[in-house]
Amino acid sequence: MPVLEIEDLRVAIDRKDGNEVLRGVSLTIEAGETVCLVGESGSGKSVSSLATMGLLPKGALKVTGGRILLDGENLLDLSAAQLRECRATRMSMIFQEPMTALNPVLKVGDQIREVLEAHTKMSNAEAHAKVLDILDQVGLPDIERMMRSYPHQLSGGQRQRIMIAMALILEPRLLIADEPTTALDVTTQKQILKLIKDLQKQHGTAVLFITHDMGVVAEIADRVYVMNRGEMVETGPLMQILSAPAEAYTRQLLSAVPSLVPRQARPVSRRNVALEITDLDKIYGGGGFLSKTRTTHAAKGVSLELKAGRTLGIVGESGSGKSTVARCVMRLIDPTSGGIRVGGQQISGLSRRGLHPYRKKLQMVFQDPYRSLNPRLTIEESVIEGPVNYGMPQAQARAKAAELLELVGLPAAAARRYPHMFSGGQRQRIAIARALAMEPDLLVADEAVSALDVSVQAQVLHLLAEIQDRTHIAILFITHDLRVAAQICDEVAVMRQGEVVEYGPTAGVLGAPKHDYTRALLAAAPGRDWDFPNFRPVAA
Amino acid sequence: MAENLLRGAFPLSTRALAERVGIAPMIAAAVLLLILLAAIFAPLIAPHDPIHQNPVMRLKPPSAEFWLGTDAYGRDLFSRVLYGARVSLIIGIGVTVLAVTLGLAIGLVSGFFRSADAVVMRIMDGLMAMPSVLLAIAIVSLMGASIWTVMAAITIPEIPRVVRLVRSIVLSAREEPYVEAAMSLGTSMPRILWRHLMPNTFAPLTVQATYVCASAILTEAILSFLGAGVSTETPTWGNIMAESRVYFRLMPSLILWPGLALSLCILSINLLGDAARDVLDPRMGKRED
Repeated sequence: MPVLEIEDLRVAIDRKDGNEVLRGVSLTIEAGETVCLVGESGSGKSVSSLATMGLLPKGALKVTGGRILLDGENLLDLSAAQLRECRATRMSMIFQEPMTALNPVLKVGDQIREVLEAHTKMSNAEAHAKVLDILDQVGLPDIERMMRSYPHQLSGGQRQRIMIAMALILEPRLLIADEPTTALDVTTQKQILKLIKDLQKQHGTAVLFITHDMGVVAEIADRVYVMNRGEMVETGPLMQILSAPAEAYTRQLLSAVPSLVPRQARPVSRRNVALEITDLDKIYGGGGFLSKTRTTHAAKGVSLELKAGRTLGIVGESGSGKSTVARCVMRLIDPTSGGIRVGGQQISGLSRRGLHPYRKKLQMVFQDPYRSLNPRLTIEESVIEGPVNYGMPQAQARAKAAELLELVGLPAAAARRYPHMFSGGQRQRIAIARALAMEPDLLVADEAVSALDVSVQAQVLHLLAEIQDRTHIAILFITHDLRVAAQICDEVAVMRQGEVVEYGPTAGVLGAPKHDYTRALLAAAPGRDWDFPNFRPVAA
Repeated sequence: MAENLLRGAFPLSTRALAERVGIAPMIAAAVLLLILLAAIFAPLIAPHDPIHQNPVMRLKPPSAEFWLGTDAYGRDLFSRVLYGARVSLIIGIGVTVLAVTLGLAIGLVSGFFRSADAVVMRIMDGLMAMPSVLLAIAIVSLMGASIWTVMAAITIPEIPRVVRLVRSIVLSAREEPYVEAAMSLGTSMPRILWRHLMPNTFAPLTVQATYVCASAILTEAILSFLGAGVSTETPTWGNIMAESRVYFRLMPSLILWPGLALSLCILSINLLGDAARDVLDPRMGKRED
């Protein structure tokens, strides 16, 4: 008998005539099996898992049909109290952001013990021993100290290990993992994936793994379910889905995954240097008014050069200093020392006022498309803000905005609408149009496609390439995603702890890395052995 | 009947609004409207001159001529309470406008410019450390009692609360990427403040304004009661209560009526403020479960 069997599950918005968000979803998981549920945002993969856990937001969503059987028992028939008893003992869940899932004012050891106290009648000593044991199993160092730590004292990876310990301490039959590694760096992600795999083997847990990342799927799945818009599109063993997908949607999803094999750099077409960074240093903290605060050396002697019409990528994990460099270039923060030349003009030492004439030469596209547009301004007002600041008459700026919106593939009617009426991908297009309205020489894209679904990501990257072809704009592209970097950058700089450890043409750096850290990053990239767009293993 | 009348008067479905916020705020709004109309049309409604003394008629119980009776000087209580609403509302609205405008300006500057922040906030801390009624008494005794000095005296202690609210909103809003985007588009600082930061404060300020208004009306009544407010000739709810307190055992209605008017007014404003918060910020509103 399967551990989990979902039959024809239907979930709708809890309102009269509310739309269905899950339209007859079925799924089974056997003991000891890892099943990946993949899909883009809005596909209903998280709703499926929340329905299983009985955690659908009350008053917003409700189950309207179907059955959810855990070891043959229909969870939808259980009372709230029975369901609560069921969670943790027979099924448990880990989430994307371990910081918000943990209580910030309780020591992590006590939080794990709480699970034991709620569901078992163990003595103190037994419980203590059990907690120590599970912390050891999830591979945390210095366990006694860990138990006494608060969540904020741990790293993201450590927190996720604590979450896993908490989920598995009562040896549930089913573990639901909802994007558990999405917020983590690749090297940490690799360790967590291995941990889940190892623990599963030891305990025979059935794992429902929800992710949007095909690379992760290739690493961990036994079987795969593909969802789209509330429906199950396709299911099959991992290899079958990856190498011979039957449905067009699955094929499209796989084709959108950028290949890790770097593309060849484009020939240098223009000589003029758009951006030159020399010996850039940035130190955060330091002299307070009455107190000395701890300092962080976020960028150490960074030197980079970018020619017109080309794309330079800065890759690295969180805390590597890649965003610091981008923000220094944009002069959103002031560099501690070093030079930044944009189109030959030194801008690192200029005052706010002195900088004004050069601002329009450099523009930025931000990571979060939901926060980078003022929700109270229409699209047109946002796009014309820059040109109007530089003295363009309103009417002319509006005409230009219409032109730009068309260029980025939005209908003319979009101009009068507000940001909340657009999807993430469309908003990012708007942000690009806003940046282009200034006719900049340099575009800084800070994780500009990281928040987007792969298919949308591919479209936005395509748009950037097209614009670059046409306008010979230089792009400084900050990303943590080596796949994206491999496909769109001519040169790449790898950063770690504020330093550039490797810098050169993409084909060389990502194709034949010289530095150990670059090699480690590449080795940690999930699904590196599989060439997704071509449905076959990477040719060695 | 009343509902039908209301529905005709407002294009917006009153039932939908009532469903969203409950019936209490609707009643509160009606009560406030009534008080406002009474204050505006007091000269037309009032059956007697509120300050005309008539020693023959002192301390009379309610009658057809004196609806709520008369006070120790033979003045009509109903007329006095009506006129009292004028002072209370002028003070309430005036203080709110002043405190919100000044607080908004100071808060915006303090939240956006790090250099100004430390100094401004220490001044605000200092103001907040003083009991507001005591501060108001000091100001009124320095500048002399009139409706304008009372207004100023009540406004000053209210400003820091508005400043702190605005500052905290600006501090979090200035980290938003759209503000950074505006900086990189070359938008000037005053314009960023005006266009991108200030609108974020409107919803919370609306809620805060109602509390400032209620608190101002109450403080004015306290000042009048203590004899440190508007001059004793002017009928205010606080003044009426202060003059009547020696006759409380003889004629409790002299204190009850102005007291009731004051309580109803403040309760209504607070209820409206809560409703505004529910509508403007659903996260802080009532929980379903």
